[in-house]
Amino acid sequence: MHAIFEPGFFSSGPVHVALVIGAVAALVSAVVGVFAVVRGQSFAGHALTDVATTGGSGAFVLGISPLVGFLGAAIFGAGAMDLVGVQRVRGRDLATGVVLGAATGLAALFLFLDTTSGATTGATQTILFGSIFTVASSTIPTVAALSVVTIFVIAFIYRPLLLSSFSADLAAARGISLRVVGLLFMLALAVSVGLSSIAIGSVLSTALLIGPAAAALRLATSLRGALVLACVLGVVATWLGVLFAYDSFYWFSKSQGLPVSSFIVALIFVAYLASGMPVLRRRGERSGAAGRGGPRGTRVEESA
Amino acid sequence: MSTPVLEVDGVSVSFAARKILDDVSFSVNRGEFTGLIGSNGVGKTTLLRAILGLQRLDDGEIRVNGAPQSQRSGSLGYVPQKVILDPDVPMRVRDFVALGLDAQRYGFSRRTKQQHALVEDLLNDVDAAHFADNRVGSLSGGEQQRVLIAHALISQPSLLLLDEPLANLDPKSVQEVVALLHHVVVEHHVAVLLSAHEMNALLPVMDRIVYLTNGRAASGPTDEVIRSDVLSALYGQHVDVLKLHGRVLVVAEPGQDNKDIPEHSTLTVT
Amino acid sequence: MFSSFMVNAWQAGTIVAVVAGVVGFFVVLRGSAFPAHAIPNGAFAGAAGANLIGVNPLVGLGVFALGAALGIGRLSRRGRADAVTALALVMMLALGAAFLSQSVEYEPQIFSLLFGEILGVSSSQILPVFVLAVVCVLSVAVLYRRLLLTSIAPEIAAARGLRPERVETIFLVIIAGATTMTVPVVGALLIFTLMIGPPAAARCFTNRTGLALFVSVAFALATMWGSLAAAFLTNWPVGFFVGTFSFGWFVLGRLYATWHRAHGSPKVRVVLAQ
Repeated sequence: MHAIFEPGFFSSGPVHVALVIGAVAALVSAVVGVFAVVRGQSFAGHALTDVATTGGSGAFVLGISPLVGFLGAAIFGAGAMDLVGVQRVRGRDLATGVVLGAATGLAALFLFLDTTSGATTGATQTILFGSIFTVASSTIPTVAALSVVTIFVIAFIYRPLLLSSFSADLAAARGISLRVVGLLFMLALAVSVGLSSIAIGSVLSTALLIGPAAAALRLATSLRGALVLACVLGVVATWLGVLFAYDSFYWFSKSQGLPVSSFIVALIFVAYLASGMPVLRRRGERSGAAGRGGPRGTRVEESA
Repeated sequence: MSTPVLEVDGVSVSFAARKILDDVSFSVNRGEFTGLIGSNGVGKTTLLRAILGLQRLDDGEIRVNGAPQSQRSGSLGYVPQKVILDPDVPMRVRDFVALGLDAQRYGFSRRTKQQHALVEDLLNDVDAAHFADNRVGSLSGGEQQRVLIAHALISQPSLLLLDEPLANLDPKSVQEVVALLHHVVVEHHVAVLLSAHEMNALLPVMDRIVYLTNGRAASGPTDEVIRSDVLSALYGQHVDVLKLHGRVLVVAEPGQDNKDIPEHSTLTVT
Repeated sequence: MFSSFMVNAWQAGTIVAVVAGVVGFFVVLRGSAFPAHAIPNGAFAGAAGANLIGVNPLVGLGVFALGAALGIGRLSRRGRADAVTALALVMMLALGAAFLSQSVEYEPQIFSLLFGEILGVSSSQILPVFVLAVVCVLSVAVLYRRLLLTSIAPEIAAARGLRPERVETIFLVIIAGATTMTVPVVGALLIFTLMIGPPAAARCFTNRTGLALFVSVAFALATMWGSLAAAFLTNWPVGFFVGTFSFGWFVLGRLYATWHRAHGSPKVRVVLAQ
């Protein structure tokens, strides 16, 4: 037993917090992520993570909780994108890249200012790559509340969201306000980016958003199945990541441990690769999942 | 009788157990205008790609100027149906045409006066001189096509291949392009092979026709191929050929499986 | 700012800017946004790994950048804009973070690898960097025309036997080379902007290809020099200035293009009115 669960795992306070925060972030990301992939908005999600980076760094400098920074910036970014009408952001667009680059540069400045002001060390690590073991347990209520609201919103707009993903014309004909649905979804995307940034850092949070979702869409035979599977994959990857990271303290004599987020990303990556295995894929394709996953099938289009 | 510029000899190509091209043979001689006619999806592009060496053959051989295609003799000019050019690309029309001369060369050397003159002549030939200094991505569809033709011609190929140059054009533009191509053939004594799904616009200028359907082809002078007996054998069902006012109608009997009869079976009044 | 210890920075910065301007010109032409993101991320992981095992960081940068370039080549030949490409991007960063977590100076190293460092290239590295730069620029020069035609009209290039896929692979390797030397100075997360902003702006100012390439290098140099000077004076990160200035060039270029379209020569207006 000790080989898998190193001593003190189950009794450690930070571990409890990490497991809760991680699971919540994974759940929200999985649900929102499935829709993001189906709607071809994966790159929009990635763009929001860059914006979140800037927000988180800025918050750190100002001494505010990073969660506020991540969420604030992401929501602002989502609103701006919706206003300008660039929800279907294309990764190859030069303008997007240059704007995101400027945002990242700004994040660099904020992080630098933080380290020189001497307030805390390890700002870069915390913001960009997450530091889930040091998240205060007092953030749990906020995180939980936000995730409940987000999932509720998704559930509330589930049918219009689905319909408008399949066919904008059909949805418009039915009198569903595409603008409202689109905006609500962007906000949900922003919140999920914010939450996963706290868990595994803003630079890596794209993995939690699209990894489990894309893998699940490849394997599942229905959208509901994909949603469930994505949640399972996300939570399992997160919890295993926490476990391995905790254990890794004991692996090397230096006992520095490896970062949680690196484990989580690696696990998600492996899960996605595994979902592509012919044995598993044939099962999904035979039942026509590729077609039913959405108008663009199960491919993540705008991610490159 | 000199070597044909192009010899397609018993060529067969299959995709996933479906025979796209089945023992297709024909040849094109220098200075000839040949139309490759067939409905959409019948295999014209596949055949063109095979001629360019971009498609592997399951059977048969393709020779360009007597030499096997695999040797890439470089005497083929190619005009694709459409090239998507970003208006932000910093290249002038004249530079794009000039690139047709030396794209295969390594490094860069300055272009000679002679080469510049060649570019100028060609631009005039295709009536593109008045926008020669504009960006290559800022052109209308028709202008772009003329530039692509100039680009293909400047390396003085023996054969110019065009993939569906007349598709999506209005009737007036069709006439202009056909006239331009005919002029080009005469001026530069280059052979032309172009694919189209509608042959009527080409009738005045076509020397020979390659009629493709069901993977099989009939080739020869237009009058000898566009006949009821030849086409009926090709389609595997009886079709009538009506010639009216210089145009051709291919009509299948009602009730038969007509899905492969191309558009010149409908009457177009121009 | 021109004291002896800064000489390195100016030399390295100049070399880096020239290569970024040249290579970036074709990155923009070919729309290689994804490789321009992915290869630096791979380089980051490589530098972190090299640091861990005590090898010259340039080696780590180069090896991983090359690996990323060849990997992308294989992936894009499969033709799918898959989630795997986005995930691989992130995976490289996570790997780098894992490597760095095992070293003592975690924080400053992450920062300088991601956001750049004026003195990112030490004096002993100037010569190898210079050689690498010459190789990159010469490669582009040799393949100049092929790069142009395969970027603009790949089907025509293929028909002429110019092998666009081969050219693409070679170009990815060239990007890897350019990345190797640029990451230490500008940072893995920001070299994308140096390779995109100046060239994208340059092509707004001229129709002529050769001139656009030259202007692209000029803008990149201006960006780099300005960023080094500003970073020296304020002590703020180089990457911040590179990102901001690149964005500035880009906006300038677009503004000029819009103005030019509205007030352009009659010839241009006639063409666009069609």
